[in-house]
Amino acid sequence: MSGSTPSQTVGPYLHIGLEWEDGAYAAEPETPGAFWLHGRLFDAAAEPVPDGMIETWQADPVGRFDHPDDPRGMRETPGFRGFGRCSTDTKGEWAIHTLKPGSLPAGDTETEAPHLDVSVFARGLLNRLVTRIYFADEEAANAADPVLKSVDADRRHTLIAKASERGFVFDIHLQGEDETVFFDV
Amino acid sequence: MSIHKVENQLLLPTYRQDPPGTHPAHLYEDYRSTVGRAPRIAPVDLPQRLTEVTGPIFGSDRVGELDHDLTRQHHSEPIGQRIIVHGRVLEGANKPVPNTLIEIWQANAGGRYLHHADSWPAPLDPNFTGLGRTMTDKNGNYRFLTIKPGAYPWGNHENAWRPAHIHFSLFGRAFTQRLVTQMYFPDDPLFAFDPIFNSVRDPKARDRLVSRFDLANTEPSWALAFEFDIHLRGTDSTPFEDDKDDH
Repeated sequence: MSGSTPSQTVGPYLHIGLEWEDGAYAAEPETPGAFWLHGRLFDAAAEPVPDGMIETWQADPVGRFDHPDDPRGMRETPGFRGFGRCSTDTKGEWAIHTLKPGSLPAGDTETEAPHLDVSVFARGLLNRLVTRIYFADEEAANAADPVLKSVDADRRHTLIAKASERGFVFDIHLQGEDETVFFDV
Repeated sequence: MSIHKVENQLLLPTYRQDPPGTHPAHLYEDYRSTVGRAPRIAPVDLPQRLTEVTGPIFGSDRVGELDHDLTRQHHSEPIGQRIIVHGRVLEGANKPVPNTLIEIWQANAGGRYLHHADSWPAPLDPNFTGLGRTMTDKNGNYRFLTIKPGAYPWGNHENAWRPAHIHFSLFGRAFTQRLVTQMYFPDDPLFAFDPIFNSVRDPKARDRLVSRFDLANTEPSWALAFEFDIHLRGTDSTPFEDDKDDH
């Protein structure tokens, strides 16, 4: 048996291979209900990371996936890809145009609050970092979410996007005082 | 497919964890850029639930007609050694991953990237972009035609040079399988000095980053061939087949 192929950094020239013209549009432009989920990527010195990329993956607004391994069946939502990618600019800023995902069943009694799974790539990251984005206006659902509950209470806020003019804002701190919670999946 | 019970109605695949040493640690000080970017707090375990065992599945509409042939994307041919880079995308032991998107990017034959941040004085090639995309076929096979990228200097340490490499990006079928890596060429004298290559501490895992010279698939009087199989994390149920084709 062979093991997995190891991860390597995307390096500083990731834009050549990974940028898509429609990358940011997990939901197509003009999709009713769609908003910008945006933020900045910061390093240890709280300096913006200008050579990173954020990718997001999420359920549709009723909590379903267009994927054969969703045992509830595949469900396609017109105009919605569920996947977004956006490289960071010179200010470390990124933005994904999307819809709010629905809640997800997570066991006999538990429910996952609306969330996106996030991969962070950058020069200097030898392996992607995985985090999650939750929403500040889902207080009750967040309080019952099994993943948020597994995170130290004083760090949970690093996983929660706040309302902004364009939609929701979520900053990512790779390191430092307010280091974002990252996951091992 | 082996499955675990999440609730009465939800049976989900589980993707195996890779053994320690397979992937680099986030912090590897010899690669200086990790110091200010690697998280310092240990990651929290994320159980694999619906969002993790699903993922984007792209169709061939993401791939242009000549995206797999980096030597035919401009008016003339790029300068350099023509090479075929091919192999299979597999999960677990050796189960093919069909119809999955592969994205690659690379420097030109002189070791220069077509990128505003790359300014070292090697020439740009007007006939080379260095971007490739393709889908695996139903048996997990893929094939690119390109030119061999050159080595290039970088500022990590005194007289630092990256061994020749091609960046690969893969999605597999689940968020858990997402992989970005680099493919290297056999017997590169720069291996011993490259902290990115050596950030993979298990030598057997490191060897899996190196392509194999493949005389049998060389196109006579046209292009040399290198074979590079990519192994994504498999599900607990991925069969352990004794496949004669597995290198």
